[in-house]
Amino acid sequence: MKTEVLPFPARRDSPAIDQVGVEERAQRFCARSLKKETKMSALKLAVTMLDVTTLEGADSVGKVRQMCQKAMRPLPGDPSVGPAAAVCVYPRMVKTAVKAVEGSKVRVAAVATQFPSGQMRLKERLGEVKYAVGEGADEIDMVISRGQFLQGEYRAIYDEVAACKEACGEARLKVILETGELTTYDNVRFASDMSMAAGADFIKTSTGKVPIAATLPVTLVMLQAIEDFYERTGRMVGMKPAGGISNAKLALQYLVMVREVLGPKWLTNDWFRFGASSLTNDLLMQIRKQETGRYQSGDYFSQD
Amino acid sequence: MNANDFLSGGFAPAPESTDHFEIKKTYDLYIGGKWVKAAKRFQTTNPANGEVLSEVALAGKKEVNQAVKAARKAYDEIWSKLSGAERGKYLFRIARLLQERAREFAVVETMDGGKPIRESRDVDVPLAAAHFFYHAGWADKLTYAFPGAEVSPIGVVGQVIPWNFPLLMAAWKIAPALACGNTVVLKPAETTPLTALKLAELFEDAGLPAGVVNIITGAGETGQSLVEHPDVDKVAFTGSTAVGKAIRRSVAGTGKKFTLELGGKAANIVFEDAAINEAVEGIVTGIFFNQGHVCCAGSRLFVQESVADKVIKKLQKRMESLVVGNPLDKNTDVGAINSASQLERIKELVKAGKEEGACIWQPSGGVPRKGNWFKPTLFTECAQSHRIVQEEIFGPVLAIQTFRTPREALTKANNTPYGLSGGVWTDKGSKIFKMTTGLNAGVVWANTFNKFDPTSPFGGYKESGIGREGGLHGLSAYCNLSH
Repeated sequence: MKTEVLPFPARRDSPAIDQVGVEERAQRFCARSLKKETKMSALKLAVTMLDVTTLEGADSVGKVRQMCQKAMRPLPGDPSVGPAAAVCVYPRMVKTAVKAVEGSKVRVAAVATQFPSGQMRLKERLGEVKYAVGEGADEIDMVISRGQFLQGEYRAIYDEVAACKEACGEARLKVILETGELTTYDNVRFASDMSMAAGADFIKTSTGKVPIAATLPVTLVMLQAIEDFYERTGRMVGMKPAGGISNAKLALQYLVMVREVLGPKWLTNDWFRFGASSLTNDLLMQIRKQETGRYQSGDYFSQD
Repeated sequence: MNANDFLSGGFAPAPESTDHFEIKKTYDLYIGGKWVKAAKRFQTTNPANGEVLSEVALAGKKEVNQAVKAARKAYDEIWSKLSGAERGKYLFRIARLLQERAREFAVVETMDGGKPIRESRDVDVPLAAAHFFYHAGWADKLTYAFPGAEVSPIGVVGQVIPWNFPLLMAAWKIAPALACGNTVVLKPAETTPLTALKLAELFEDAGLPAGVVNIITGAGETGQSLVEHPDVDKVAFTGSTAVGKAIRRSVAGTGKKFTLELGGKAANIVFEDAAINEAVEGIVTGIFFNQGHVCCAGSRLFVQESVADKVIKKLQKRMESLVVGNPLDKNTDVGAINSASQLERIKELVKAGKEEGACIWQPSGGVPRKGNWFKPTLFTECAQSHRIVQEEIFGPVLAIQTFRTPREALTKANNTPYGLSGGVWTDKGSKIFKMTTGLNAGVVWANTFNKFDPTSPFGGYKESGIGREGGLHGLSAYCNLSH
């Protein structure tokens, strides 16, 4: 996918964010009440937006294969559920994953650029991106250099995103801001604006490796950035909250927020993803609950 | 695709249930701890569908007199002699009982008044309980509230409240009055009497001594008789400026104390350096909260010219996502207009706005056929001389004007007979202080709007009223203080 790189944006062009206001607004989405068919269709939609993820030192070929099975057929016997959008793995596992999901719609995403810290020279980080793409990754989840951002070296962030985008070739680039380390909503907003200008196809909240991962307010700030960017350039950018979204109720609150801020155009897995490992089974359990009116035991849902 | 599929953008109905409580077919007057019949009755309806909810008694001069007598007796014999700690106990009990029956009160408030259940549940009822709790705490600490002063109650208080926040206004009025040792005759608005009558049930459950609070229902004439009753020591009124003026005339020279909370036409001022997205949300809260039936509503938007297009565009987009419809549905953002006559008033002013040359804009969604409805509306190209800028509409209608400099914003914002509230939106702290000091309004919010708290005094300048409610200032309005 060819993406035009826009000039480095000035920090003052990013609007101020009011912390209290953003958090109140985010809270308001939680008051929406999804019932019956609205709830059911939202639950099924959420399953198709999952980036089923394993990012552990202990990841093995067997573990990744099993996870890929789950991504392709989340609820065996019910083809109306799933498949998930993608599996997300370390670069060494890309080949295994590509083979495992072959012939299905499930894409393979690889974290790269010295995930999760990004503390390495750009040259080696770009090498990692190229390696993962060479192994067959459809998508690259990169991390930005938070240390440099906090030092005020914004230009370096813009440059590294642009360089990664170039290294990605045909693969789509997700840019992880690690919002828990950027700390303020103003920082998150500017990092979003910069990443999108530099060519990000997706912006993503977190690695899942620091204590504060995705939250509704921080995602709202990023959605607003995407909205403004779209208004200005006509280019859609995707959003991926990751980490901490462990239950279906919360996932639906995210979907409501996307629907009301960006509109239904963004409600496909081309433009919205959940980065999660434990969310899948709760979504499946809630789908069954909607169908049967009863909760089933956790043992009816595979632990992969 | 199913009609309520998530991708369709709609919601499957999610109504709050109404089967867990009873609205009686008829309600009498609550006088001297008893339910007293009146010669006449009137109906109260659900403005969202026109259905009759109940028939309530219409208090005439005789019943008003009876209620004031009951209040005087309770004052002389019981309430003024009770220790502050004892009065506090009753107030704490009322607050807790209100919390226990919160759901019932929220649903009844929504059915009788038309406001969304989200608001009655999350704002009206919790705030009403908070007012009782707050004032319960003061009841035995009045000498600390006013150091060096001798604090004594005023006597019998006549209170007349409006239809926009029926329960909350009852709490605002009753809680401080009782905390300070006064007794009360309260008249709720004729279109929304039910939660006040439910509150009377709750006072019975709380064992509040007979006559300490009397609740009489009726229209303007009932209110007038109450206000003019010679044995009323203080009048507290919330409502329109026209009635407020009449009340002030009628109490002139009588020695009665009074507080008046009247109309408003608040300026909500958005600067170019504001957090724009949050400001847009604040504008929406400011004017569409409770269908704009809010005296402190941010009904005049002043937006700096350099960001006007952006703000208006975002505002329109946000308004498209407002859910207008069944007030009992948990997803409803904007409910029904309180009464047919108020709807007429809104329509008249909107018509005037169009005729005067302002540009009207409304979101694309429809409104239900039955009941009183008006779409969230905004007017651009408004001039200071337009009626929609000068007069209080008291509906979901926003008049937008632009400005170039802070001084221009201040001049125009203050150029109104009202002075109840205002809002300032900027990321720059110094600008907030400069603007808030310059605004002639009783309440000014910075980077937020329509925030209420029992500890914070609320009230107006100029034709928006006199006196404060809430906080220490509000408390002092229900005491005689001698130094």
